[in-house]
Amino acid sequence: MHDHFHAIQDAVVVTAVILTLGYLMAMRVSNRKFGRWPVRRPFLWILGLVTAASAFVGPLGDAAHENFIAHMYGHLLLGMLAPIFLVYSKPMTLLLRALPTEDARIVSRVLNSAYGRFITNPFTASVLNIGGLFLIYMTDLYVWMHESMILFIIVHLHVFLAGYLFTISIIYVDITSHRHAYWYRAVALVAALGFHKALSKLIYQSPPPGVPTGEGRTGAMVMYYGGDVVDLVLIIILCYHWYKKETPERGSETGAEMAKT
Amino acid sequence: MFIMKGKKSSVSARRKIMTSGVLIGIGVMALVDEIIFHQLLQWHHFFDFDTTQFGIFSDGLLNSFALFAIVAGIFLFAHVVRIHTYSTVRWAAGLFLGMGAFQLFDGIVSHKVLRIHQIRYNVDLLPYDIAWISSAILLLAIGGFLWYRVRKNDPAVQGD
Repeated sequence: MHDHFHAIQDAVVVTAVILTLGYLMAMRVSNRKFGRWPVRRPFLWILGLVTAASAFVGPLGDAAHENFIAHMYGHLLLGMLAPIFLVYSKPMTLLLRALPTEDARIVSRVLNSAYGRFITNPFTASVLNIGGLFLIYMTDLYVWMHESMILFIIVHLHVFLAGYLFTISIIYVDITSHRHAYWYRAVALVAALGFHKALSKLIYQSPPPGVPTGEGRTGAMVMYYGGDVVDLVLIIILCYHWYKKETPERGSETGAEMAKT
Repeated sequence: MFIMKGKKSSVSARRKIMTSGVLIGIGVMALVDEIIFHQLLQWHHFFDFDTTQFGIFSDGLLNSFALFAIVAGIFLFAHVVRIHTYSTVRWAAGLFLGMGAFQLFDGIVSHKVLRIHQIRYNVDLLPYDIAWISSAILLLAIGGFLWYRVRKNDPAVQGD
């Protein structure tokens, strides 16, 4: 497995480079067909990919393979922080713009299909995201994934994709499927964060087999407080969108009326 | 569409400013608990091995809600300030009620019933528990008093 780890690191770098090139190419097509695509978005895309990749490559990635604390920092970057950067680069909007109309229609049909609606429901996404984590840390999956390369890849891909799915199910920045009410997403977010906190305490209580007790406990606290920090960002974004929707713009007709009083 | 002549003072505004106070109160008390008792004094332990499994989950949900509450409360406050007239006293009443409610729940349900953690370890707990729960009741009493005062002065307004 240890030799395979270098192969995984190489694969992560290659994937990140391909995804960056793909984004830039899509951006060129979109700029030709529509207006100018803002420059901050490719930077956010690259930032998101670098954040996700740093869970595998570089000093943190190297350490994460051996050390549970580094593993947890990697988990926060891959499954929680990277998706926030990526969603602000609006990859789905870009994809739909860049694709020929026929293909864009197919993507949009998949997005709005019963399946698309089901997995982007905030509660389904929460179960896939947090439920997946319970499987990793509360079963022997954590041990097995360090023995099998295939499992290692599947587990990490799941953490990343489920984290991304969860993020787009809570905050509507990019084009998505059915849009749910604010309070509905707020309940899902609070529940997901609550279970994330509970899981970190359970890990503190009994770290996965093979993890030294001290390392396991520190890792659990990283998960608990790190989760707070990243989810605080999601909470602020959600509440800000909610506020914007419920509060008339300053300078709008009603705003001007109010300014006089 | 709502066309307004000036800011509204309504039943809905009263409810919103009160809710904002309660939400921020809950969030503030959770922060006091975390920053003072967990981090600075280190009286509370991150994990107590006497905790029930149910306690682990209920505590996670409570703290997650408290984090959401402080942010939602601040945005709700900003919303009320923008479009309604409001009473600061009513907001303060909500704040104290929220703080007291969190403190009371924490002192009775979290510490005693679910045994998530104790206030302090290796000491006689009784005076600590009494002080904790008394402080909760004091906060609730201040909130209740302010609420009573502000309700008495409410002019009759039309609901919306």
